[in-house]
Amino acid sequence: MAALIERLTDDGSRRTMIWAAVLVAALVIAPWVVNDYLVTVLIVILYLAYTGQAWNIMMGFAGQLSLGHAIYVGLGAYIAAFLFTRFGVGPWVGFLAAMPVAAACGAIIGFLAFRFGVTGVYFAILTIAFAEFARIGFDHLDIVNAAAGLFLPVAQYSHNDLWRLRGDPTMFYYVILAATVVVFILCRVLIRSRIGYFWLAIREDEEAARAAGVDTFRCKLYAVMISAAITSFAGVFYAFFYNNLFPEQVFNISQSIQIILGPIIGGVGTLFGPILGAFVLTGLAESLNSALTALGLDLPGAEQVFYGVCLLFVVAALPEGIWPWLARRLGIAERAG
Amino acid sequence: MSALLSLTTVSKRFRGLVAVDAVSFDVPEGALFAVIGPNGAGKTTLFNMIAGATAPDAGTIAFAGAPIGGLTADAVCRRGIARTFQLVRPFPALSVEDNVIVGALLHRRGVGAARDHAQALLRRLDLFAKRRQLAATLTLPDRKRLEVARALATGPRLLLLDEVMAGLRPTETDRMVASLRDLNRDTGVTILLIEHVMRAVMALASRVLVLDHGTVIAQGAPEAVVRDPAVVQSYLGAETE
Repeated sequence: MAALIERLTDDGSRRTMIWAAVLVAALVIAPWVVNDYLVTVLIVILYLAYTGQAWNIMMGFAGQLSLGHAIYVGLGAYIAAFLFTRFGVGPWVGFLAAMPVAAACGAIIGFLAFRFGVTGVYFAILTIAFAEFARIGFDHLDIVNAAAGLFLPVAQYSHNDLWRLRGDPTMFYYVILAATVVVFILCRVLIRSRIGYFWLAIREDEEAARAAGVDTFRCKLYAVMISAAITSFAGVFYAFFYNNLFPEQVFNISQSIQIILGPIIGGVGTLFGPILGAFVLTGLAESLNSALTALGLDLPGAEQVFYGVCLLFVVAALPEGIWPWLARRLGIAERAG
Repeated sequence: MSALLSLTTVSKRFRGLVAVDAVSFDVPEGALFAVIGPNGAGKTTLFNMIAGATAPDAGTIAFAGAPIGGLTADAVCRRGIARTFQLVRPFPALSVEDNVIVGALLHRRGVGAARDHAQALLRRLDLFAKRRQLAATLTLPDRKRLEVARALATGPRLLLLDEVMAGLRPTETDRMVASLRDLNRDTGVTILLIEHVMRAVMALASRVLVLDHGTVIAQGAPEAVVRDPAVVQSYLGAETE
């Protein structure tokens, strides 16, 4: 009990919660302050923060590198969009259908890898392979229009229909903001739970974890399944926000790379890293675009070059990511994990 | 005393090399049992087979009456055998306390209960004051103590210690010996240790087994074993300590 009180009143922890509350408050009032364009930028940022957080469960917590998270985005997007366009099933029910499918897909990949001792970079390659299978498979799957793509009917934005996710960008903004907050809290609960400790142990030293009695196979499998299930919601959101789906886009490896850049820049294994990374990357890239436009320069690919420079800078100067460095400056001690 | 751990003609070969050759012995419940022998005698291989890190090629390993040979390391640990590693392997980026909590969570659902248990063990092993430090920042003696604490946290009936004194200064060795003896006396945990440091073996072990080239060349009380001609010739004669 004393230990619990000590933790709750822990100075670093309290400061962290204050910062998180300030950030959420600022994001809640943002749509009244900023213009429509910036709202869509914020949607992209929060989408990447959300997916980055989900990816971080696998890599940051359990130490399993996935370079194929696009598969879970794609499955979520296609299942929800298919059910909606074909049967009129709403996206929330679609999500309930997509979640177990994505988790099962993660379980299959995880089972094959962990059962046969595929680890490290070989595991990462396996995740790419599955995402590529899915991309090529969906490209030939006639029931979802194959390469021609799946289109959702675009409604007139006369009113916001939260149940069917039809409405203006502000509605989508609040949906993804709420999802990001929920997944942040979920990750915080997970990492402080029994399985969270086991994941960290596996990440640090799998053989030592096993010697301490951790069922590493099962724990790693849970990490993939939970991460996949959470990521599938991002797919549902993607489908209903963009209203069109092409296997070439949603399952593309660039989608997977986009997901992992935020947490890497922000700090792998931290709770704030994926959020901070998404803000820094997308925020600065958009500023760069605006600046170039204002200067009347047309430089295609400038954004990609910018991502590359950001990665180089972080890898060279802040290999743990920006957040651990910033947290020390702010006097916040996030638990090493 | 009944045998807690019982090995019967256990063998392991790596390609042409016979690392462990038909080794049989019993470790009674509550014993402080040492395995000694020159480098390459097969001690660590023997340990790895008991701990489930490698499966024996032949023979049976029984723990508390049930065969455990070929089980995975985590399954062996859940049966009640915890180990340390010869080259220490703490979880470097986790705090000292979190390292031990991982072990304590094996038989506990709640993190709070695991933390209480971990803190009690850290006090016992003189690491409580350092519980907030990252394990990577500890000195070697402290990391060795942390390994023991993490292994103990899993609540073992048998504790396997692989050269836990190696690299320690004599005062550190005495401290570790005292900790282990207290532990054995207070909790009744059976300890099986591989050790090179004869000073520790003589001070600690109630029974000693000598391995050489994968076979048992002597076993018995420590005072008797160190006078055994075969042991003196193969091992102690060459020992410069």
